[in-house]
Amino acid sequence: MVAESPPNLQRLNVAQSSRVRISVDGQALVARSGETVLTALRLGPGHVHMFEFGAEKRAGFCLMGACQDCWLWLDDGSRRRACTTRVEDGMTLTTMAPVRI
Amino acid sequence: METAAVIVGAGPAGMAAAQVLAEAGLRPVVIDEGSHPGGQIFRRPQPDLMRGIRQLYGFDAGRARAFADRYAALAPLIDYRPETQVWAVSDGQVHLMEKAGATVAHWTHLVIASGAMDRIVPVRGWTGPGVTSLGGAQISLKAEASPIGRRVVFAGSGPLLYLVAYQYAKAGVDVAAVLETARPFARFSQLPSLLSGGRALAQGLFYMAVLRTRRIPIRTGVRLLDVTRDPDGRVSGIGYRWRGRDRMATCDALALGHGLKAETQIADLLGLEFTFDELQRQWLPRADRDGRSSLANVYLAGDGLAIRGSDVAEASGRLAAFALLHDTGCTVSAHAAQDRLSIERAAGFRAALDRTFAVPPTLFSELADDVVVCRCEGVSAGVIRQAVKHSGEADINRVKAFCRVGMGRCQGRLCALAAAELIASTAGTDIRSVGRMRGQAPVKPMPLGDLIGRRP
Repeated sequence: MVAESPPNLQRLNVAQSSRVRISVDGQALVARSGETVLTALRLGPGHVHMFEFGAEKRAGFCLMGACQDCWLWLDDGSRRRACTTRVEDGMTLTTMAPVRI
Repeated sequence: METAAVIVGAGPAGMAAAQVLAEAGLRPVVIDEGSHPGGQIFRRPQPDLMRGIRQLYGFDAGRARAFADRYAALAPLIDYRPETQVWAVSDGQVHLMEKAGATVAHWTHLVIASGAMDRIVPVRGWTGPGVTSLGGAQISLKAEASPIGRRVVFAGSGPLLYLVAYQYAKAGVDVAAVLETARPFARFSQLPSLLSGGRALAQGLFYMAVLRTRRIPIRTGVRLLDVTRDPDGRVSGIGYRWRGRDRMATCDALALGHGLKAETQIADLLGLEFTFDELQRQWLPRADRDGRSSLANVYLAGDGLAIRGSDVAEASGRLAAFALLHDTGCTVSAHAAQDRLSIERAAGFRAALDRTFAVPPTLFSELADDVVVCRCEGVSAGVIRQAVKHSGEADINRVKAFCRVGMGRCQGRLCALAAAELIASTAGTDIRSVGRMRGQAPVKPMPLGDLIGRRP
């Protein structure tokens, strides 16, 4: 891992973050160690999941585990709340419910 | 029977209670959704994202440091459970989801210090990306070292609006505007009580002064109209009405909050009695002056009991612990009188703040029919009004059954207050008769596989 943050005006300088590589809907995304999946996705694709009853994209709201509007899926089909889950190197996420046949 | 004390919440109230109980020789179980004690106010970034303590906490840096030091000394004396969710509670048991899986903690005495979250007045377009709660905007900056946008508008009401706007400006973020729906300076009748605020008032005025020095517009008495978006769905601005004209503040992110609302699901599951607080315009669990709830051996403290801020939260946490010790036959420390006094002294200022930044029912009754109120289920103000009119019902749990408002994953945490105001104004009844939305276990969603100990 490289000992620097991914360049982004919306990430403030911090003590010692390093790069974490994750994948979202098949796209590679560089995040910063210690940050939540929500932050990584907000600064990446810009949304976390789709509203179930309409075409709207959603990217959470409360950031404190209350509104439940930032759930998404790991590649194994399990669900995670983005604002209370920290990024891990190699994490593979999907913003659409995975369909299993 | 031996006393088994469980404290739900590790913010200023929960940890103050923990300290008193630990010093009395009990070893309380302290349950925390967070990864480190401190609640939202003293929330700590992960080590990787750490910045200077002054940068993180500003005027509260000294208190934050003292809190961390106190906890370090306390750690060996308590059973601290980080990243743990209370998902149900029953007589003598709290049901927990810890990182390692589902467990149960037994209690003879329970202290609920569950804190608060933002009160939301919906605005057209608030459910999409780029709009966060005010508390969320603060968390993003403080714990994630990542502001919610490059050019941010802070809209809503209350002291937190100015604090977070100030913190963003200080971090170098372009603060486009602060849009306050109240008219904090229009009511001079509150002035004498506000002046009793001392340090808190001085800090609030300082934040406003800094914002003004930076030529950041602070508009008061506004009505928020709609979040505008570019063709890609990104926030492009917020429309609002001010001094009789419709205006627009351009921004790429919006933080929204109208004061705070107590987190009361656990109190609700236990069947505690609630009363409607006219000033804070919400249902709050009933307690005596030391935090004894309507149920024996269950105590309440902090913002989960009433929105009174972190200083009072600490004092009320200690009082709840003193009450608990007293009820178990222990001798009570002399500090109780001091804490009661400091809470009483803070009451005048708090009431003045509540009046100054009151959220008038008209903010809800004037909502356009197409504005989404319940973001989980996508229920708009108009649908709620229709449900009331067609069913003839004005009880919030009945209306919920008719139109699904509050039936989603957050259990009405975000929409219940707005829904209650809409139902009351549509039915023309007193908001008390609308009632409270009932909570249900699990109080937050969790994968069923975790509960039965199987993870994919």
